[in-house]
Amino acid sequence: MSTRCHVATRKGLFTLDRGESGWSISRVSFLGDNCTVVMHDTRNGDLLAALNHGHFGIKMQRSRDRGETWSEIATPKYPEKPADYVPKAGPAEGKTPDWSLKLIWSLAPGGGDEPGFVWCGTLPGGLFQSRDGGDSWELNRPLWDHPLREQWFGGGADHPGIHSICVDPRDARHVTIGISCGGVWSTRDGGRTWNPPGPGMRAEYMPPEQQFEPNIQDPHAVVQCHANPDALWVQHHNGIFKSTDSGASWSEIKDVNPSVFGFAVAVHPKNADTAWFIPAVKDEKRYPVAGKVVVNRTRDGGKTFETLTRGLPQTHAYDLVYRHGFDVDETGSRLIFGSTTGSVWISEDEGNSWQTVSSHLPPVYAVRFEKPV
Amino acid sequence: MPTVRFTRNIQRHVACPTREVEGTTLREVLDTYFRENEQARGYVLDDQGCIRQHMVVFINGDQAADRDGLGDRVAPDAVIDILQALSGG
Repeated sequence: MSTRCHVATRKGLFTLDRGESGWSISRVSFLGDNCTVVMHDTRNGDLLAALNHGHFGIKMQRSRDRGETWSEIATPKYPEKPADYVPKAGPAEGKTPDWSLKLIWSLAPGGGDEPGFVWCGTLPGGLFQSRDGGDSWELNRPLWDHPLREQWFGGGADHPGIHSICVDPRDARHVTIGISCGGVWSTRDGGRTWNPPGPGMRAEYMPPEQQFEPNIQDPHAVVQCHANPDALWVQHHNGIFKSTDSGASWSEIKDVNPSVFGFAVAVHPKNADTAWFIPAVKDEKRYPVAGKVVVNRTRDGGKTFETLTRGLPQTHAYDLVYRHGFDVDETGSRLIFGSTTGSVWISEDEGNSWQTVSSHLPPVYAVRFEKPV
Repeated sequence: MPTVRFTRNIQRHVACPTREVEGTTLREVLDTYFRENEQARGYVLDDQGCIRQHMVVFINGDQAADRDGLGDRVAPDAVIDILQALSGG
């Protein structure tokens, strides 16, 4: 059961530890700096953190002593744009993105049989891979050069971005990624070839003839059940979707109270029918419905949902939870989420009750349990 | 030789001491400087080798005009200042 969690915020990276009396902040790293995402490598204990220094650009840091010390490592770098480059297809919205790193949005360790392999998803839509724990990075060209990639567009951001990377625990060559806005893609050969999204997602905000176009969908987050990796859950801009066939097809789950809108989703690592969501007002206003912070849980694959409130603020609470601001530990019993207004809550009973760890942190971008090495 | 000076705000991330380096264009001067300090390159230039959006370079007090190509001429006695826009939050 996880006893440590990392919280990436607008003003630094916070470490939470579970002591005898509960959870508390034990360390602050990069205080004052914008930490957009953090990864714990379950294979060797490495921690990777992405920083956005604004004027000075995006940088990557690594710790090999559980966060005691950090060193700057290589940052993913887009290759030189060919002088004669002509887009093969225009984006569905906006303009074709620059070949320049805008944001590191997701990090995921490769498989257990791929020591040192790390995936990195970015804005403006490039997927990078490292074979040496982050000492060097290479753009995955098969995906970047795929003609359908140029149809992706930004959802809320100026550029499309890869925010979710799910590595199949049965076969690390099978990787599923989520793109806003580009749907859910997958590879079965470690990234040499890519399968465009399967049908079933719906974007009701698009023109009628494009609402079911798989390659323009806006999945806010994609998660995969560890024990049943063919089962995927998606919190989409338009609602909740699930797949039981590794994303070959999707079904929509409608009429969930208080809202089907949100950014974050977590799935039980041992039971694909159990998943949690943090709903908000749909869709451009984005705050907890009626000012009440709640977690929705299904235990039957989305047929029914319970709204969990114990320990969460139920009056005038306007905490929004971003897509990486929610995590579940390897047992499925401990959950954590952090909000845009700097609140962090942890549950140790699958969401039945919640305890406040802090209400005064900087805006939270990502939370990640440190799972056993 | 031209002199290259950096904002002190960059120093907490990567040491960038003032140096005199060879070069007749801004690209040559910066390439010469960054060859000896490769980590600093990405703090000033983006993936495509252009001046980062919120960075600014002055050559003898005048802003460098060619932010993408770095083709501005640099005299042997020029002073080049590299700093960031004064914004944040």
